[in-house]
Amino acid sequence: MISTVLVANRGEIARRIFRTCRDLGLGTVAVYSDADAEAPHVAEADAAVHLPGNAPGETYLRPDLLIAAAVGAGADAVHPGYGFLSENPDFARAVIEAGLTWIGPPPAAIESMGSKIEAKRLMAVAGVPLMYEVEQPTVDDLPVLIKASAGGGGRGMRVVRSLAELPEQLEAARSEAASAFGDPTVFCEPYLENGRHVEVQVLADRHGTVWTVGERECSIQRRHQKIVEESPSPLVERVSGMRETLFEAAREAARAIGYVGAGTVEFLADEHGLFYFLEMNTRLQVEHPVTECVTGLDLVRLQLSVADGERLPDTPPEPHGHAIEARLYAEVPAEDWRPQSGLLHRFEVPAGTEFTNPPSAGVRLDSGVVSGSAVGVHYDPMLAKVIAWAPSRGAAARSLAGALRRSRIHGVATNQALLVRVLEHPAFLAGDTDTGFFDRHGLVTLAEPLADKDSTALATVAAALADAAENRATARVLGRVPGGWRNVPSVPQVKRFRCGEDEHEVRYRMTRAGAVVEGFENVTVVVAMPETVVLRIGVVRRTFHVARYPGLIHVDSPLGSVALTPVDRFPDPASQVAAGSLLAPMPGTVVRVAVSQGDRVAEGQPLLWLEAMKMEHRINAPVGGVVAELPVAPGDQVEVGRVLVVVKEEQR
Amino acid sequence: MTTLKSTVDQKAAEFAANREGMLAKLAELEAEHAKAIAGGGEKYVERHRKRGKLLARERVELLLDPDSPFLELSPLAAWGSSYQVGASVITGIGVVEGVECLVSASDPTVKGGASNPWTTRKGFRAADIAAQNRLPTFHLVESGGADLPTQKEIFIPGGRIFRDLTQSSAAKVPTIALVFGNSTAGGAYLPGMSDYVVMVKERAKVFLGGPPLVKMATGEESDDESLGGAEMHARTSGLADFLAVDELDAIRIGRRIMARLNWRKHGPAPDPDYAEPLCDPEDLLGIVPADLKIPFDPREVIARVVDGSDFDEFKPLYGTSLVTGWARIHGYPVGILANAQGVLFSQESQKAAQFIQLANQIDTPLLFLHNTTGYMVGKDYEQGGIIKHGAQMINAVANSKVPHLSILMGASYGAGNYGMCGRAYDPRFLFVWPSAKSAVMGPQQLAGVLSIVARQAAASRSQAYDEAGDAAMRAMVENQIEAESLPMFLSGMVYDDGIIDPRDTRTVLGICLSVIHNNPVRGADGFGVFRM
Repeated sequence: MISTVLVANRGEIARRIFRTCRDLGLGTVAVYSDADAEAPHVAEADAAVHLPGNAPGETYLRPDLLIAAAVGAGADAVHPGYGFLSENPDFARAVIEAGLTWIGPPPAAIESMGSKIEAKRLMAVAGVPLMYEVEQPTVDDLPVLIKASAGGGGRGMRVVRSLAELPEQLEAARSEAASAFGDPTVFCEPYLENGRHVEVQVLADRHGTVWTVGERECSIQRRHQKIVEESPSPLVERVSGMRETLFEAAREAARAIGYVGAGTVEFLADEHGLFYFLEMNTRLQVEHPVTECVTGLDLVRLQLSVADGERLPDTPPEPHGHAIEARLYAEVPAEDWRPQSGLLHRFEVPAGTEFTNPPSAGVRLDSGVVSGSAVGVHYDPMLAKVIAWAPSRGAAARSLAGALRRSRIHGVATNQALLVRVLEHPAFLAGDTDTGFFDRHGLVTLAEPLADKDSTALATVAAALADAAENRATARVLGRVPGGWRNVPSVPQVKRFRCGEDEHEVRYRMTRAGAVVEGFENVTVVVAMPETVVLRIGVVRRTFHVARYPGLIHVDSPLGSVALTPVDRFPDPASQVAAGSLLAPMPGTVVRVAVSQGDRVAEGQPLLWLEAMKMEHRINAPVGGVVAELPVAPGDQVEVGRVLVVVKEEQR
Repeated sequence: MTTLKSTVDQKAAEFAANREGMLAKLAELEAEHAKAIAGGGEKYVERHRKRGKLLARERVELLLDPDSPFLELSPLAAWGSSYQVGASVITGIGVVEGVECLVSASDPTVKGGASNPWTTRKGFRAADIAAQNRLPTFHLVESGGADLPTQKEIFIPGGRIFRDLTQSSAAKVPTIALVFGNSTAGGAYLPGMSDYVVMVKERAKVFLGGPPLVKMATGEESDDESLGGAEMHARTSGLADFLAVDELDAIRIGRRIMARLNWRKHGPAPDPDYAEPLCDPEDLLGIVPADLKIPFDPREVIARVVDGSDFDEFKPLYGTSLVTGWARIHGYPVGILANAQGVLFSQESQKAAQFIQLANQIDTPLLFLHNTTGYMVGKDYEQGGIIKHGAQMINAVANSKVPHLSILMGASYGAGNYGMCGRAYDPRFLFVWPSAKSAVMGPQQLAGVLSIVARQAAASRSQAYDEAGDAAMRAMVENQIEAESLPMFLSGMVYDDGIIDPRDTRTVLGICLSVIHNNPVRGADGFGVFRM
């Protein structure tokens, strides 16, 4: 019997597994890199072992260190979570050889599914429908999708639409695959433009029982990574008879490799319900909570009992209702999903439960962060998963959108607005979800902030008044004399805020009847406190919650969250940046510099490349001109806002 | 807790009439304040802006901490004179980096910010306030110097400005000059005498003599920049401690200077936790009758000014025409003397003398709420020693060492003005309600006295008295005295620190009390001989 579990992972999945362990009375051991020393998963475990360094290769991808940690901390079982070493058969073997229980499928099963090419061969034998491979793509085969044989999670995947770009893309995919998975093998298959991603959760014990516990659809994807997942699948619900054949194929797939434990068989399906085997994930999936919600199961608990050799009941429970999961990422979707890092000042999601199913319809939160967490550059920028479970799909979508809308996430930009807009989109509500969703409905529109122009303006008013109240509350003298009081009033109080590209100026006067804001004559200030401002707009009262951090203000209301940068009354002459300066958009490492000082460059010409969050970011010349300054060199670590290049525009 | 109970009936016709009267006076006041705000008028304001400069009031606002209060002083200085209302300078008390400061900004839209006799008078009053209350001073300078045609009234007394500055420095109360433009000739000593000097690049001009004068004096050819430019002073002469790239930068640097002064107040801190008055200050508009002959209960005012409307009256049954007692305002303890029935009798005078001594025993500031027609006259009162008793009160006021605050709510006539700590008795601050009047006596009484005296003179010379002429004389004198008793006139003379909306009384007193406590509060160790 397992008594203490080491989770060879981090973030929300580690916390998720610990929750079940605690419920079962099992001991918990966390591991952590340097950057994760203060992470919630570490604080929550009974014991924690430091893995020195930050790069996954030094820490969470080190079987030797992980096993030593388990042994050292007295764990007798290892749960790999997802990602990292979860699908690494050598690690599974090493765990078993160390005399520990491996909470996962047999190493051989991992191995056979680990190579996509090998997996396809096995599936063909088992009669599972397959997408064919394109050996030498021709024009007729386009578009094609390049995949890493050892890949997963979208890493290394590239869509190629012209033969010209194929060699370059193949090369890039190989190098990404090699660095991410240690195996550069890639292959091509036809790319289904509007395909739908449908997957089946399987669970098998050591005694021959193989369950299929519902399907999930994960068609809303970005960069081939799922961001909205649900169960049941609208497509499967619509096409009669599809579920049975799909489940049968999944069970065949599992049986073909002697699968034990929780796994997921992924299929690509078209609108007519035809489906092709994509791959089998021999681990717990990120999106497992939607299955848990509709089935009422605790999949981690079942993983543990299977690992302990127990039997599954003959049949899985019947699913009830509909569950949708949204992944909150620290990223800017409209800027090519640029990952964000920084201090997450506040992270509040109005959820009824954490890491466990709501007792009845409701919202569940599985998060790797808490208020005050640092979002680093070393790992995946996913902050949390928010899951809603409701009797119907529409109700679940509404509930999830509502929870996300009311979430207060401060300090780091996220895809919160995008998720809300997707969940509220008529096409999504109609079940028209496919992998081309963002292309068809326009990412830029979908990613727009939830607060419209008027709401943003009201938010700036609220921010100004809250700031005024804060100034009064913290005043060293005369703090209780009415704010901004004048016996001879002439100039209003002025506060300025930047919101994205726009600058807002709020001009107000404190009168005997309260604050009067120029240009907002229909607005009455009901309450103005440092953290709460209540405005009456015409006859409607609205409450704004204001949070202030150094150089950042967040105004939250059901009208949408607004992040503002307060503009200093006095520009510091020393901090003014020379015109034409290109600043680092995020912290990272300069990997390549294509120009030198004095070079003449054309508009849009690449100047240098920055690597951050495992992605390369190209810095282009904003205008044609001359490289006037080049203060960085390859290998330099740069902080966000650091001047990388100064391009002096050519005088014509 | 001794909570005052209000009996004000907001629905009474009388209340409504009083309120209407007060609002009309406030509207007039606002119109006069608007003249001060307008400065040199649209044309000059426009010209100033076109030069990319901030207006004097904008400079002041930027200097102040956001959302902090600003108590402007003597805004109506020069009212009734031939000079622009406000006297081409803005003075006031504001908070800069958490420190209460005296801010003085010349208004260059009014005759280039030149000083006239009222400017200096207003400046002296501000300097007095700074000195008495240990306030660091900011001078926001852009002035063409003295208004030369009136130099006879400015030059000799005006030297005090520089003496005040250096004496402030000697008292370890810093002075900071932000030079935005001209500060030449005598004006050059303004930065010259300040502890810290910031000059705006390409704008500040500070020299004893400009190029024409230098040419006349020595024959030397020169230019503004080499004689007095900001760069020159920052790099060569060392007169400028900081070179600001622009006006905003100068203000920013000024704030940074203040932030580094590590300023501490020497007086006791207020009680941090206090209640606002239970009675609505809005009612103050309806409490003072338009006709000052009708008395009003000052407890109704006190109930709307002091913390929690909490007031412990002293000697309530003795000398009932003067209310005395203890309260707190914005957390600061005060003793209050308030006229109740206008007249001061012997009992009231003695009660006041005792109360003022008690406040000095316990180092508590005093607040005088004026509505007095003066000390009682008449045979019985003279024989009862009213002069002696009045003298006791004046002795106590004059020799009291705790800070005094005066508010003229209504009448402040005759020696009553002295006993209640009028201007001549140096209250730290003196503010006036629009309803107030102050003179040696009421206009009718004064005209009547003149008439009686003239009549007696005529009789003694056995001349017939010119009744028609008497009536005309009385009307004229009455009108003149009435006009000269009015707040705007007195404010124009800088006899007060400003006319305030009665509803702001608590705020103004709160600011004044806080400012006063930059110094320790210490009562007198002794008084003059009390004539018994």
